[in-house]
This record gives sequence, structure tokens and C-alpha cells, in this order.
Amino acid sequence: MAFESMEDWLKYSHDRNISAAEAVILEDMSDRGVSREETWSRMSAMWNAMKSSEQSYDRSLRSHSGLVGGAAGQMEDYLKAGDSLCGDVMGKVIMRALRLGESNACMKRIVAAPTAGACGVLPAVLVTAAGQGGFSDDQMTEALFAAAGIGQIIAARAYIAGAMGGCQAEIGSASSMAAGALACLKGGSPEQMADAAAIAMKNLLGLVCDPVAGLVEVPCVKRNVIGAVNAMAAADMALAGIRSTIPADQVFDAMKEVGDKMSSSLRETAEGGLAATAAGRAVSERLKKNR
Amino acid sequence: MNLYDILGPVMVGPSSSHTAGAVRIGLITRRLLGEAPAKADIALAGSFAATGKGHGTDRALAAGLLGMQPDDIRIPRSLELAKDQGMEIQFREIQLKDAHPNTALLHVEAGSGRELELQASSLGGGRIMVNKLDGIDVNFTGESHTLIVHNLDQPGHVAEVTSMLSHKSVNIATMQLYRNKRGGYAVMVLETDQPIPEDSIAWLSHLEGVIKVTYLNTMQEDEHGV
Ligand code: SF4
Repeated sequence: MAFESMEDWLKYSHDRNISAAEAVILEDMSDRGVSREETWSRMSAMWNAMKSSEQSYDRSLRSHSGLVGGAAGQMEDYLKAGDSLCGDVMGKVIMRALRLGESNACMKRIVAAPTAGACGVLPAVLVTAAGQGGFSDDQMTEALFAAAGIGQIIAARAYIAGAMGGCQAEIGSASSMAAGALACLKGGSPEQMADAAAIAMKNLLGLVCDPVAGLVEVPCVKRNVIGAVNAMAAADMALAGIRSTIPADQVFDAMKEVGDKMSSSLRETAEGGLAATAAGRAVSERLKKNR
Repeated sequence: MNLYDILGPVMVGPSSSHTAGAVRIGLITRRLLGEAPAKADIALAGSFAATGKGHGTDRALAAGLLGMQPDDIRIPRSLELAKDQGMEIQFREIQLKDAHPNTALLHVEAGSGRELELQASSLGGGRIMVNKLDGIDVNFTGESHTLIVHNLDQPGHVAEVTSMLSHKSVNIATMQLYRNKRGGYAVMVLETDQPIPEDSIAWLSHLEGVIKVTYLNTMQEDEHGV
């Protein structure tokens, strides 16, 4: 059985004096009855798929609805001028999150992490961190194991689908997974990983799922940006030694409670929030006519 | 959930339920038919009908019928590829009572004349469930080796199938029995832990009272079609 709490996970790692990622590998081997090589090569394939999905971005593509496409190209041009507020590293994180979000909307190949709608968060921060810190593919693969381990705990205690718990369950979960992965990558302790994951989720608690016309485009593409930027900030806070007052497990439980209380109009039904605005409805009407 | 339900699948966007799941529905239809369909009538229900176009659900279903996997980069061009191959695909909308919101009803016909009607829904995360096969209620996901036997509703057929499997050391994971009416037409759906040998499938299909045998081997994951 996979870990169902951060507490169990950290205890397991401490007792055996192994890294958090190593604990996830051992759990997966016993859970699915596979060898280390098998799970390692599958995870490294995920990392390679993430890298190539980021590189294969095509700024000329537009989604079927025409709502999204090209934004990452605009961001790239803007960054080239060297005068952005966020600077080079955060600028790249923003650009990459847009690339993936747009590529997904334009029917290109991506890795659902944990969902297709939130597919930009992990690659945006991890590809950027790999370039910045000179990390090897093996180190990146290890970080993905940590990310997936966090996602498993979130899925066990709450959910990872917008239709069930709102966007906090998709972008929030992706951001929490990414923050923890970054903390591990930078050599943080398992406690720092847990704090990074907790802080990232806390910052996105309550985020609703309100896709315009029911399509994974608006606001999804740009929400990948906030998930990624938030993950970077949360990881840096945790690595600075800043603690999360509420432990990760309780944060995830709170996410579930908030999601359960969310009206169904704010859970992917496209009946509330941005989808229900005048501009949102106008898009939906236009698409209906073309159907 | 296992690790790769969290990270993955690698897929063509934009939606695991409306795109990746739809590819799998097309693909399972092709596999159950046992050959490439020449004609397909596809009816979209619920959210598949409402937001399917924007999610590429039509192209995803066609891609599956062409034998593509959810990560095939040709999915966006599948309708053109189908046309090039002479596969005729028709789409329409349909209202289905008591169906999951993401449901499609497919009627396919092969060049050989073999036909199949299948109703399936996309459950999220790219996972699917087949709900109806040739008009009879069923429930299977296609994630395990699956044997489907259509037979006349008369004594002995279940025993024939299970004793064949035990003889071949194939372990049954789940088994479901359905029929339209007593003494009418019945369907058995068995999910097994091991693959079933081809000659055993052929043997089954020649038994008296057995109308049709369909087998889905999960080992065929590498099928890339077109
Ligand atoms: S708004 Fe809804 S569909 Fe869009 S990314 Fe968030 S959870 Fe997914």
C-alpha cells in the first residue's frame, strides 16, 4: 500500500535512513510487484516526456476554440528584452508553464501531472531548476518520485480532480507536488519537503474549477503559471527553514473539507465563476453556434 | 492510487477524460471487433456531446478506431487519416438515460461484415468502462485480459468456459453473467490474470450454442495501427 500520510512516509524514511524518494520507490516496488529497474525506467520516461513536451512547443498553434495559443511566445519575446519584473529564472518558469498549458489545449503530447489541465506546473519548475542547478536526469527522476509520492497522499486524503474538489485539487495538488520535489532536489530534508508541499497547497486552498465553455483553456493555461510560481516560492520558504504551522496531512484534509463544501457549479460544470461571467458565457454561446 | 495514476499518462491533450479516455474507447472497440472497422457510426452523449468538439473527442475516438494509443501525435489529424484509409465515420448526438456524463455509443462494421455495438464511458484519468455490448449490459475496463462469450442461454456453457480456463492454468479474476431473457441470449464476461491461448479461443467459438467469442489481450498495448 502506498503511504496515506506524510507522517508515515517521513517515519518510514527516518527509520530506514533513506531519502523520501527512495521510500516511494520501495513502496511502488512492493505495491505493484515490480523491480527497481522497471519503476525507475518508467519514471525516467516520464521525465523525458516532460522535457520533450516543453521543447516541442509551437507558438503558431491555436486551440480548436481559438481561445488560447501563442502566449508563451509573447512571454519569450518579452523576456529577451531583459527587463521583466520577475527576472530570468521566474520568467522562464512562467514561460514554460504557458508553453505546456497551451500545448495541452492544442492537442500536443503532454504528461498528466496529476491531470492534463495541470500538466504545466511540474515541468515548468523542474526543467527550469535542472538548467539552473545543473542537475542530472537521475536527480530529476528522483525528484519526480518525491512529487508522485506527495500526489499519492493527496489522492488518498482528498482528491486530484477538478470535478471533485475544484481547481485546488488540480493546480493546488500539482503545485504542492512541485514544491516538495524542488525542496528534495535542492537537498532539503524530508521535513522541508513536507513543509514546501504544505505551504504550496495552503496558498491555493479554495481555488475553484470554472473553465469557460467547459474547455481546459481559460483559466487553466494561466493557472499553471500560478501553480508553478507558487511552488518555487513555497520551496524557497521551506528551504530557508520557514515552517508550516499546519502540517501537510492536515492541510490536505482541509483541502478535502473545502472541496466537499464547494458548490457543484464551481467543480468543472462550467456553471459558475469565470465560466458564468458575461464574457465567459459569450464564448460558450459562440462555440455552441459553431457546433 | 498507484504512482503512475498520479504521474501520467503521457497523452495528447487537452483532457484525460474527453481526449485520452475517448482514444481508449475507440481502441477497445477496434480490438473487440478484431479488425479495422470500415464504417463507424458514433453517437456522443452528455458532456461528450456538449464539449467534445473543443476537447477533440471526435478526433480521439477516430484515432482509437485507427488503432492509435492516447499518446499518438497523429490524433489531431485522425479524421483526415481515416478518410485516406477509406474508413467512413459518422458523428451524431444522442440522449442516453442513466448514462455517465462522458459516454459514447459506437456501431462499427468491418469489411468482413463483422459488426459490433458498444457503449462506453470515460471515468477520468484516461480510464474507461464498457457499459453495453451488442445491447446487453456489461461492466469491464479492458485493463485486464478479458474474454467475452455470447451464447444461447442454456445449461453448460459456463462450465465449458471455466473448465477450459482451469485446464490452461488461467486464473479468473472476475466473472459476470448477463442475459436478455430466460432461454434467450446470454453474455459472459471474464477478466483473467493470465493471457488465454489463441487455440482455446478458437475451440470455444466452435462449440454448439456459442454465438460469438471476443478476446481482449492487454499485452497488445504496443499496437499502433493506421
Ligand atoms: S480550472 Fe478546472 S479544468 Fe482548469 S485546470 Fe483548474 S481544475 Fe483543471
